[in-house]
Amino acid sequence: MAKLNSGVPKGEIQDKWTQYKDSINLVNPANKRNIDVIVVGTGLAGGSASATLAELGYNVKTFCYQDSPRRAHSIAAQGGINAAKNYQGDGDSTYRLFYDTVKGGDYRSREANVYRLAEVSTNIIDQCVAQGVPFARDYGGLLDNRSFGGVLVSRTFYAKGQTGQQLLLGAYSAMNRQIARGKIKMHNRHEMLDVVVIDGKARGIIARNLVTGEIERHSAHAVVIASGGYGNVYFLSTNAMGSNTTAAWKAHKKGAFFANPCYTQIHPTCIPRSGEYQSKLTLMSESLRNDGRIWVPKNLEDVKALREGTIKATDIKEENRDYYLERRYPAFGNLVPRDVASRAAKERCDAGYGVNQTGEAVYLDFSSAIMRYGKEQALLKGEDENDLQLVKKLGQDIVKSKYGNLFQMYEKIVDENPYELPMMIYPAVHYTMGGIWVDYNLMTTVPGLYAIGEANFSDHGSNRLGASALMQGLADGYFVLPYTIGDYLSDDIRTGPISTDSTEFEKAESNVKELLEQLVNNKGNHSVDYYHKKLGRIMWDKCGMARTEIGLKEAIKEIKELREDFWKNVMVPGQLNELNKELEKAGRVADFLELGELFAKDALTRNESCGGHFREEYATKEGEAKRDDKNFTFVSAWEYVGEPSEAKLHKEQLEFENIELKERSYK
Amino acid sequence: MKLTLKIWRQKSSIDKGSLETYPISDVSEHMSFLEMLDVLNEELIEKGIDPVAFDHDCREGICGMCSLYINGEAHGPDRRVTTCQLHMRKFKDGDTIFIEPFRANAFPVIKDLVVDRSSFDRIQQAGGYISVNTSGNTQDANSIPIPKEDADTAFDAATCIGCGACVASCKNSSAMLFVSAKVSQFSLLPQGKVEAKDRVLNMVNKMDEEGFGNCTNTGACEVECPKGISLDNISRMNREFLSANLNK
Repeated sequence: MAKLNSGVPKGEIQDKWTQYKDSINLVNPANKRNIDVIVVGTGLAGGSASATLAELGYNVKTFCYQDSPRRAHSIAAQGGINAAKNYQGDGDSTYRLFYDTVKGGDYRSREANVYRLAEVSTNIIDQCVAQGVPFARDYGGLLDNRSFGGVLVSRTFYAKGQTGQQLLLGAYSAMNRQIARGKIKMHNRHEMLDVVVIDGKARGIIARNLVTGEIERHSAHAVVIASGGYGNVYFLSTNAMGSNTTAAWKAHKKGAFFANPCYTQIHPTCIPRSGEYQSKLTLMSESLRNDGRIWVPKNLEDVKALREGTIKATDIKEENRDYYLERRYPAFGNLVPRDVASRAAKERCDAGYGVNQTGEAVYLDFSSAIMRYGKEQALLKGEDENDLQLVKKLGQDIVKSKYGNLFQMYEKIVDENPYELPMMIYPAVHYTMGGIWVDYNLMTTVPGLYAIGEANFSDHGSNRLGASALMQGLADGYFVLPYTIGDYLSDDIRTGPISTDSTEFEKAESNVKELLEQLVNNKGNHSVDYYHKKLGRIMWDKCGMARTEIGLKEAIKEIKELREDFWKNVMVPGQLNELNKELEKAGRVADFLELGELFAKDALTRNESCGGHFREEYATKEGEAKRDDKNFTFVSAWEYVGEPSEAKLHKEQLEFENIELKERSYK
Repeated sequence: MKLTLKIWRQKSSIDKGSLETYPISDVSEHMSFLEMLDVLNEELIEKGIDPVAFDHDCREGICGMCSLYINGEAHGPDRRVTTCQLHMRKFKDGDTIFIEPFRANAFPVIKDLVVDRSSFDRIQQAGGYISVNTSGNTQDANSIPIPKEDADTAFDAATCIGCGACVASCKNSSAMLFVSAKVSQFSLLPQGKVEAKDRVLNMVNKMDEEGFGNCTNTGACEVECPKGISLDNISRMNREFLSANLNK
C-alpha cells in the first residue's frame, strides 16, 4: 500500500454523490440472493445497514454482543439528530450543514464525505417518520427542532431526551421485519474476535458464542464493521460497559489502517465523578445547553463556602457569578462546540473555581429559562406574570416536558433536585472521532472490509458537533453503504458461497483459541478491572483534555509496561466453554492496552492543537487551540506492523476546495 | 454500610440453582446497585470464587439489558428506575438483600442472574414494525401532520426499554404491557394504521405461543415498570385486538 486513495469522485461537490450513484455497477436482484454480507454491531449504523442490505436482497448475518440488537449503545443518545430540512426557515441548507460540520471538526475532515452526509441528512428524517419514529411535534402537528452547539440555526430533530432510543428502535424494527423474512440471520450474544482475509479480501469472521463459549466460523463476500468507538480505553466514559474496540482493532491488525486515534471527544456536560468504585459516567444531553447557563462563582470565598456546605448555589448573587462561556464567546455563548466548552470548564476548575468536593464541577443552571418559559405561559394562560411562585411552577412544567427524563436521571444519581438547584457537571469522554480509515466508499484498506458509524474516522474531523453522530450512523447505514458495497460486490456474482474450511479460517480460529486459552490459564493475581482502571488513569491524565510531549512519551512507556504486566499477571476466572463475563472483558482490555499506545503515539506525532486534540505547546495566548495547517492538514492513517507504537504512518492529504481554512472562532 | 447478600447462583440453564450468602462491607450510599455488585465480584475473584454473572450494559437506564429481582421487586425498591440506576442510599446498614433473576417460563435462566429474553425479540419480529423499505424517496416528513397529543402518547408508549420487568412482576408472567406498548405506538400514528390489524393479531398470537401468561388486570406491571408505561396501552391493545378479530 504505497499511497492512500480516498477515491473521491470528480466533479463539483454538490454533484459528486449523484454522479457517483449514476455510474457505479449494480448487482441484479437474482444475484443479490447469492451474496452474503456480515455486519458486526447493531447500533444505528449496523442496524440500519443490516436492514437495508436485507431489503435489497443480500443475505445478511448480523452479530452483537448484547442479548438483543435493540441494546446497542446508540440507544443512549439523548439530544437529537441533525438534518438540513430548514423547516424553521432560519437559513439552513445542505451547504450550511456541510460548512458547520467541517468548521466544527476544525478542518480535519474530508470535504466530499461531509457534503454527502449533509445531502442525505434530510432523507433520514423522512425515512424515520415513515418507520413510525415519534419525533417531537408542535401544536400544528409538524416536526419541532432545537439548537445544538456550534451552529446558528435550529436543525436538530428530537424525541425528548431519548432520540437515540427512538431512532435505534426504528432501525431495530426494520431489522425485525427482515429477520422474520429470514433475510437477516441474527447472532445475539456473539462477539467477533477476528476477521478472515483470503487472497487479500475480507471473507468472514471468527466469533465467540458468549453463552456456550463455542468458537464459530462465519463466511461472507464482504464484512462490515459497525462496532462503535473506543471511548472505554479511558475506563470511565459515557459509553456502555461493554462498548469496546475489539472488532475494529482486530480489523486493524489484519491490515485496516487506523486513522486519527487521538481525536477524542470529551463532552462538557456529564455528571461528575463521585468515588473510586465508579464504573461509568453519565451524560447530560447537550440539548440542555439550549436552556441551561453554565457558571462558576466569581469569588474564591464563595467556592470555599460551597465546598464546605455553608452556602448553596442559589445563595450566590447574580453579580457574583461568572457565566464564563457567555463572557468568552459572546456570539455562541453556552452553545459553543463541545471541545471549546470542555476546555473552558477545565480552565475554570484548574484555576480553583470547581464547585464540588473534588473541585471538578461547574454549574448548569436552568433558573433563567424556568422564569422565561413561566412568564410566557402565564401570559398565554391569562395569569399574573408577576406572581413569581406561579411563574416558576409554570416554567418548571415546560422544562419538565422538554427534558423530564434527563432531570429525573440526574436526581436519581446525584440525589439533588435540579429544578431547584443548578446541576453540577464536568467533562467526560464521550465519543471518538478517530477510527478505521475508510475511503469515499466506506471501505477500509482491506478490500471487502467496510467500517461505518463511529467505528470509522470519516466525517467529524477532530471534533464532532452535537446531534451529528446519529446523523452519520444512519446516513452510512441507510443511504451510503447500500450503494457503495454494491459496486464492490458486483465483482462477486460468480464467486458462489465462501467455504469456511480454508486454511485461512483454520488459522484465524486457532489464533483466537490460543489467545483465549492463554487468558484463562494465566492464573495471575490481578483482575481485569485492575488493569483497565490503571490504563484509564494513564489515558485521562496524559491523553485527556490537555496533552504534552512529555506526558505522551510517558504514556507510551507506561502503557507498554502495563500491557506486559497484564499478560503476565492477569487473573481470569471461569472456563472457556461457558458464559464468562470476565473472559469477555479480558479480551477487550487486551485490545485497549494496544490501542492506547497507538493513541498516545498519534497524539505525539500531531504537533498542533485541533478540535478535541489539545497540545499545551500549541495554544494561542487566550488558550484556544492553534492549528498548523501548513504541516498537519492530513489524516494520520496508521498501519499495523507489530508493536502499536511502531505503527507506520500514512498520510492522506486533505484538500479544501469549497471551504476556506480559517481560524475557528466562536467569539 | 454492611450488608448481607443472598444471591441466586446457577451454573447453567440445565443446572439446579440455589441462594448463596455473601457478606459485603464498606458499601457507600452513593454507589449504584451494580457498582456494589462490581465490588463484590472483585472480592470474589480475589478469593478465587466465580464472580456473579449479571446482565448490564449502558448503566444509564435506557438499554434495558440489566434486570434483577431485588427483595421481591423487579429492579428493586425505588420507582421509575432500572437496577443500574438504583442507588444504595435506598438501603440501610445491616440489611439483607435477596437478588434473584427475572423469573418466567419464557425467560429461561442462562447463568446466575442472566436470563434469555429473546422471546421479546421474536414477538417484535412477528409484527412490531411498519413495512417501509429504505429508499430516500419516502414522502416529506412534514407532509402528514400528526396531532401533538397523538405524537406524545405514541412517544410515551415507545419509551419501553424491553427489560422484562413487567413479566417478572406479573403473577401470570404476562407480557401484555410490553406488547401493548409497541402496538399502541404504531396504532396512534397514521403511518402505523395501514397494518394495524395484522400487527396486533400476529404479535398477540406470538406472545401466547412463547408461553407468556394471561393478563388478569392486577396492574403490577405498571407499578414496577422503570419507564412508567401506562396500563392504558393494554386497554388500547385489547380494543385493537377485538376489532381486528371482528373484522377478520
